[in-house]
Amino acid sequence: MTLAGWIVMLLSVGGTTAFFFWCIRRVLRPPDSTDKMHGVLDTEREIEDEERRRRREERGQPPH
Amino acid sequence: MSKQPPENWSSRIGVILAVTGSAVGLGNFLRFPGLAAKYDGGAFMIPYFVALLLLGLPLAWAEWSMGRYGGTRGFHSSPGIFRVLWKNPAAPYLGVLGLIVPVVIYMYYVFIESWCLGYAWNYLTGGLDLGRDPEAYKTFFGNYVGIGADASIFSNLLGAPLVFLVACIALNFILINRGLTRGIELFCLWAMPALAVCAVLVLVRVLTLGTPDPSKPELNVLNGLGQMWNLDAGNKTLWEQLANGKMWMEAAGQIFFSLSVGFGVIITYASYMRRNDDIALSSTTAVAGNEFFEVSLGGMITIPAAFVFLGAAGAVGGTFALGFNTLPLVFEHMPLGRVIGFLWFFLLFLAAITSSLSMLQPAIAFLQEGLGLNRGRAVALLCGVGSLGTLLIVWFSKDLAAMDTLDFWVGTFCIYVLACAQTFIFGWIFGTKRGLEELDRGADTRIPRLFAFVIKYISPVYLLIVFVAWAWQDVGSRLDDFTESAAVRWSLIFLVGVFALFLWWIRIAVKRWHAQEARS
Repeated sequence: MTLAGWIVMLLSVGGTTAFFFWCIRRVLRPPDSTDKMHGVLDTEREIEDEERRRRREERGQPPH
Repeated sequence: MSKQPPENWSSRIGVILAVTGSAVGLGNFLRFPGLAAKYDGGAFMIPYFVALLLLGLPLAWAEWSMGRYGGTRGFHSSPGIFRVLWKNPAAPYLGVLGLIVPVVIYMYYVFIESWCLGYAWNYLTGGLDLGRDPEAYKTFFGNYVGIGADASIFSNLLGAPLVFLVACIALNFILINRGLTRGIELFCLWAMPALAVCAVLVLVRVLTLGTPDPSKPELNVLNGLGQMWNLDAGNKTLWEQLANGKMWMEAAGQIFFSLSVGFGVIITYASYMRRNDDIALSSTTAVAGNEFFEVSLGGMITIPAAFVFLGAAGAVGGTFALGFNTLPLVFEHMPLGRVIGFLWFFLLFLAAITSSLSMLQPAIAFLQEGLGLNRGRAVALLCGVGSLGTLLIVWFSKDLAAMDTLDFWVGTFCIYVLACAQTFIFGWIFGTKRGLEELDRGADTRIPRLFAFVIKYISPVYLLIVFVAWAWQDVGSRLDDFTESAAVRWSLIFLVGVFALFLWWIRIAVKRWHAQEARS
């Protein structure tokens, strides 16, 4: 195995392995805040607000 | 819009493993190493990673974004989601590809899955102790899949190929019928770690092979790794290798098919995410997981193992040749070969079943939300259609002609078309601004802003170049096959029938959605 082969292997295998375990570590990290907790009603209201804002933008009216 | 109780993934790790399981398949362990060895390993990795950054990751992010957006508005299938994203009467009909592609691929994938299970069983029971004659393994494979004559595996209705095929079909439908969380998610939660453990055990065995035959000192593990990763290619410089357009095309194709983008599955899976779930991290982790299985595990096992026992000539081949002819011969030479052979084919079976499980979910979601069927009826209906397709593929088994035809027109051609459609809808209809808003909602880590430019301009051009180059090279000869082969003709007639059936169902669904919207 040549030096270039070692470099390619270490970069490819090391890079993808490190990338995967970095992602997994972040996924398994416990959430540090509760600001993303929403109820079903909050979610529905957000969707309705968003749709309303988008319709106003499409009609050329300023969003509230 | 579905009136049935909403389904959601029960955990973030569950959805990540389900999406990764959907992506990880035989291509990770067989096709990728085969391609890398064909294009001198090291050089191949450059177009491979370029395609990952410019095509694979952006398309995956786009699908997750569109899927979750549609899901929070009550739709979980491509026709429904496209209709939400694009207020055009043609949009839901374009979504037919997001149903047809996974359903038709399922029809032949379950057959391949049954080979893996059958081979694992044969390693357990000693059925693959065939000695060191390479022809014995080719003959075994040919007889097992019926490659010599059409319908030959029906000559013994209680033979292993049919028994394992029925077992795989039954297992898929039992798990799918249990639902998204109790079936697919739960199975992937233990199957994916089991797959990783099997792969690591095989990897350890391969890396500790040393120099098995002292009379051939050049056939050792280090040179096997060199066969996979070295940059040298005779008298060619790296730049001359990189000037090979076909290598860029095949690298892009590998990334594309390996990540299951443009497949219709990710968009459906993402639609079951909650509105404030972190889809940016989940999508990135699923891509990283697929790459880990492909590069870090697949890239370290297949070619080095084949090289150590068979030399450079033995370490090349297509997916089936490498997997079902070459590797069993390698296991025959290897100490503990029978155990490793079982682990290898069991891991391929797990990789295959976690993929096939995902393939029917888009159509099930559509039948539920479009036609108002409950899950049991939707599963039963798809069981019928899917089994009919599998029967056709098993019947026309000579040279695997039916499988090859459907794989070409659906598993390659339609995937390219669907991916082009998704890129167009995301970049130019839905809009990168809204797409990024969707990806950012609930995310701890923001997707790089450059993504908007890449998905709008770079990815479509990249995709079109690869698609046109591929079509230019392959489509002409395929059209000639229509007049020459009955298997090809019947496969295409069947495909047209499936298209017509799904388009009719979409028409009914659109009318129902209009009626529901008028009432509300």
